[in-house]
Amino acid sequence: MTLFGLKVIANVFRFPFELDQIWSQMGEVGARSLPLVAASGLALGVVMTLHTRSTLVTFGASSMIPELQSLSFFVEIGPLVAALLVSGRVGASIGAVLANMRATEQIDAIEALSIDSFKFLVVPRVVACVLVMPLLTTFMDFCGLLGGFVSEYAMSHLSLQLYVTRAFTGVEWSNFIPPTLKTAVFGFIIGTVSSFFGYSTNEGAEGIGRAATSSVVVSSLLIILADVILVKIIFLVFPESAI
Amino acid sequence: MNETQDTAIALDHVSKSFGKKQVLRDVSFSVARGEAICVLGRSGTGKSVTLKLMIALLKPDAGRISIDEDDITQLERKELSRVRRKMGFLFQSAALFDSLTLHDNLALPLRRLTDKSKQEIEVIIDHVLGQVGLADDKGKMPVELSGGMQKRAGLARALVFEPQILLIDEPSSGLDRITASEIDDLLLEQKTKHHTTMVIVTHDVHCARRVGDRFAVLDQGRLAALGTPQELEHHENETVRMLVGES
Repeated sequence: MTLFGLKVIANVFRFPFELDQIWSQMGEVGARSLPLVAASGLALGVVMTLHTRSTLVTFGASSMIPELQSLSFFVEIGPLVAALLVSGRVGASIGAVLANMRATEQIDAIEALSIDSFKFLVVPRVVACVLVMPLLTTFMDFCGLLGGFVSEYAMSHLSLQLYVTRAFTGVEWSNFIPPTLKTAVFGFIIGTVSSFFGYSTNEGAEGIGRAATSSVVVSSLLIILADVILVKIIFLVFPESAI
Repeated sequence: MNETQDTAIALDHVSKSFGKKQVLRDVSFSVARGEAICVLGRSGTGKSVTLKLMIALLKPDAGRISIDEDDITQLERKELSRVRRKMGFLFQSAALFDSLTLHDNLALPLRRLTDKSKQEIEVIIDHVLGQVGLADDKGKMPVELSGGMQKRAGLARALVFEPQILLIDEPSSGLDRITASEIDDLLLEQKTKHHTTMVIVTHDVHCARRVGDRFAVLDQGRLAALGTPQELEHHENETVRMLVGES
């Protein structure tokens, strides 16, 4: 799988750049994941506020709810949950589509037509995942804040203006940019792992199911592991981002 | 013209294994330019593997495979791509790209690998689809096509580069006799009008006798017989006689 990932990186910078394919995959990975990411962000935002509110009210710190909400989403919840959601939806899809193409000889047909199937099928999917993940994460962060606002408004009738002001009071750029950009690595993991299982399988119909399952399980595990490492690196490079 | 210049495809002592299973053992034969050779054999004797070796979708464990005078087992991707441009491959399942319309299935290789204008591409697609009788179906998705139509669409895609060599895997499998006969007609037309070299893997002796000039019979991974249908009817090997016999 490591060699597969390195082959992807080497091929990204090789002509032809497959811009049409990348654009089409960005639609597939990004636009089609938006409803899931939006719904999850809103629901998580509401739930997070419900959980934290009772504790903070006890200590008379209810005014910190928006700030806690924004920091939680920007720093960790948004990036990790968005990546796990995309790994479930997109990872399974990429794994199954490529495995089906392998099983039905479509990949062989591409090769027989003198087209580099790896460059045509795998590289655009990985690049699309890398480009789209930070955008989806940002979308999830703001949906989470919106959910938090809805919940807070229902409880305390806090105005939107005050909520936004409080939400961004203690937030530094270093709390937002590095955690959001780390999701590009998550995107690389999702795209590479799921393409690896889909592209490499050769077991017919049974292999399609196995490729889809393995894509989700392995990419989710690697995302969580990579998150631990990346958070440590972010703290080293941007010490001020530690809350 | 010498023999090498006349030879379109040559397999020279080719062997291929998958794990412990040896599928092809020391197979050698050649196909002359413009000739149609039918590869016959029982299931699992390596017929489709032979075809995939000829277009380098698989690599042999031993031996040499030449297309014209290029040893494709030694070629880099770029050179291989040049050789593949001379060849068309009709897969057993047609292998149409299921996310693209029939039109786009044919347009994809033309757009990517040629400098042709949009209009020129449209002319080629209309011409090729007209040849296989699918001119009115180009907007359809593969799933909307019947088995016979998919086969014809696969053939149309294989023909977009006007290949000198056509590799065909089970052209009549899963088709009724009439539809299979229509596919045979298309192959015959390709052979007689365009003098395309063909290698056809088939179980259908009717198709083989109509289209093939010679038969190559594989048995347990070995080349059991090579010759015209008439020569092989009286072959000493019973499997060969049974596979070649018309009944």
